Amino acid sequence: MHGISTHFGAGPTRVDALIDIDLRVDAGELVGLRGPSGCGKSTLLNVIGCVTEPSEGEMRIDDEPVYDRRWLRRDLRRLRLTRIGFIFQTHNLLPFLTATENVAEAMELNGVKPREARERAIALLDYFEMRQVNAYPSELSGGMAQRVAIARAIANTPHIILADEPTAPLDSARAQAVIDLLTRIAREQRAAVLVVTHDASIFHRFDRLVSMRDGRIEAQTTPAVSETANA
Amino acid sequence: MNLAIRDVRRNKLRFALTALGIGMLLGVVIAMTGIYEGALTDALSLPRALRADLWVVQQHSFGPFAEPSRIPRDTRELIRRMPGVAAAGAVTFQTVQAMAGGKPVRLFLEGYEIGRPGGPPGLIAGHGLTESHYEIIVDASSKLKLGEVVPLGPYRDPYTVVGLTRGMVSSGGDPMAWVTLQDAQALQFAVPPPLERRERAAGRSPPTTTDINAVLVRLEPGASVAAAAQEIARWKHLAAVPEKAEESYLAQFVIQKMQQQLGMFMGILTTVSAVIIALIIYTLTMDKLRSIATLKLIGAPDRVIVWLIVQQALVLGASGYAIGLGLIEQVKGYFPRRVQIEPRDLAVLAVVVLVICLLGSLLGVRAALRIQPAEALAGG
Ligand SMILES: Nc1ncnc2c1ncn2[C@@H]1O[C@H](COP(=O)(O)OP(=O)(O)O)[C@@H](O)[C@H]1O
Ligand SMILES: [Mg+2]
Repeated sequence: MHGISTHFGAGPTRVDALIDIDLRVDAGELVGLRGPSGCGKSTLLNVIGCVTEPSEGEMRIDDEPVYDRRWLRRDLRRLRLTRIGFIFQTHNLLPFLTATENVAEAMELNGVKPREARERAIALLDYFEMRQVNAYPSELSGGMAQRVAIARAIANTPHIILADEPTAPLDSARAQAVIDLLTRIAREQRAAVLVVTHDASIFHRFDRLVSMRDGRIEAQTTPAVSETANA
Repeated sequence: MNLAIRDVRRNKLRFALTALGIGMLLGVVIAMTGIYEGALTDALSLPRALRADLWVVQQHSFGPFAEPSRIPRDTRELIRRMPGVAAAGAVTFQTVQAMAGGKPVRLFLEGYEIGRPGGPPGLIAGHGLTESHYEIIVDASSKLKLGEVVPLGPYRDPYTVVGLTRGMVSSGGDPMAWVTLQDAQALQFAVPPPLERRERAAGRSPPTTTDINAVLVRLEPGASVAAAAQEIARWKHLAAVPEKAEESYLAQFVIQKMQQQLGMFMGILTTVSAVIIALIIYTLTMDKLRSIATLKLIGAPDRVIVWLIVQQALVLGASGYAIGLGLIEQVKGYFPRRVQIEPRDLAVLAVVVLVICLLGSLLGVRAALRIQPAEALAGG
């Protein structure tokens, strides 16, 4: 994305949440996003996720324009369905569907036949070592629910995975497990994974760490250079 | 995947209770249609069973059930001699009070001439009137038993039950009864003994009358009802009402108020059901705001979300309808009067419920469509 700005409201109550952001995330890359509260991290994720439209700027996904100077807009809903996977701080699973059904529903929305969606959902949960496939979200622990949410996010093999503080409610062991999963997804599915986090204990796990302040990108570091070099 | 059904399954108790509530309301609506249809059937059961082609009544009268009609007894003989008339029978109608099993029962009493039109149809027990006095045929709904003796009139004359009919009631729901014309006239016009003694002491004869209320006419096969009616109307004091017209007068005059009364009530109940369904669907939607936002976020089209809400409304409506119908089928036998559930009324109600559900989901659908996908991300 290039020159992205987003503001909310107008006049004296105007908030400039994003100011002239340039950012590129490559397939297979695991990028961390940090910064003080209110600096625009979530807003940036929403813009990339085709949820919030930016006020200015250009954005491309897989080299196809989503927003450009002539203000061309693609079908944002379809983009969200096919290209983007969301993981939230709270799992946001549908409470009336079982773990399997939550994952299968995302596939069905993308046109997969119910029977096939179910089989693939079970296989995907199994791949994440998630065994309680018929449990409802309220019956799952936070870590298990987050695994289901991650499975749902990658159900349609998206090219971009956006996670807003996915580890916040988890203890550090489970947080590490979630980052393990996300790393695996980035590597194995060749997805661009962008993770918002405050958790300093996982900073070293990212390929690149982007720091934001007051709607701008302040710095980009590569804490994991040595680690990826070893890999 | 059917999201609506999964949500219902996950919240079984809540849906069941709601459906039960709606079911009770719809059950009352179904009962109302049944009560109306039952009253209509009751009102028409007598004129239909008597199988007359024409009802000859007092001029300007709409017939013996719609308003009073009084004509001289010899009218019957005049009518019978008319060309095209196969049979004619003089009849009277009145309400009498009797006791059955220690409880008072009102009977709608018809006096008729043995062997002429007007007698009771299809006896289920006993036999027709054979004696000219003190025999009575009653409808089984009066709870009177065959062979029971019923005192009637100011002299408490002992009438013996000799026959029973089934399902024959007046438009007011009172069981029918039949006696001979002479007995009926005596019961109608007899005065209590003290008054009779006073009248005789004063040198006057007590009032008696041989008037009748109507003449039932059966025509020869092929004879024209209209022509016969016209012919009879030439007598200045008489009018002839065809059977079909008599039925429609009954339906119009006797039943109309009841129809309006029940109609109003049904309207109110239906509106209440509609409001309840709308409210419940709206709350169900409000409870699911976050789920709906999440669905939108992961790329569900509006179609999926609208269908989720509309389907739940339909599930509620349909189960409420089924529960209501089931309830009424169970209790309809305990109503004091006939409750007749007509497929036609059920079909109309089904359409009404469908419309109510669709309207009721509008509010919820509107709220759901306004939800932004970003709301799934906001806050914890
Ligand atoms: N929908 C919105 N309407 C108005 N202001 C908003 C909206 N979303 C975010 N903001 C504002 O934009 C700024 C950035 O918010 P956010 O992206 O949520 O920050 P972060 O996630 O980094 O804490 C904040 O000042 C916030 O108040
Ligand atoms: Mg945030």
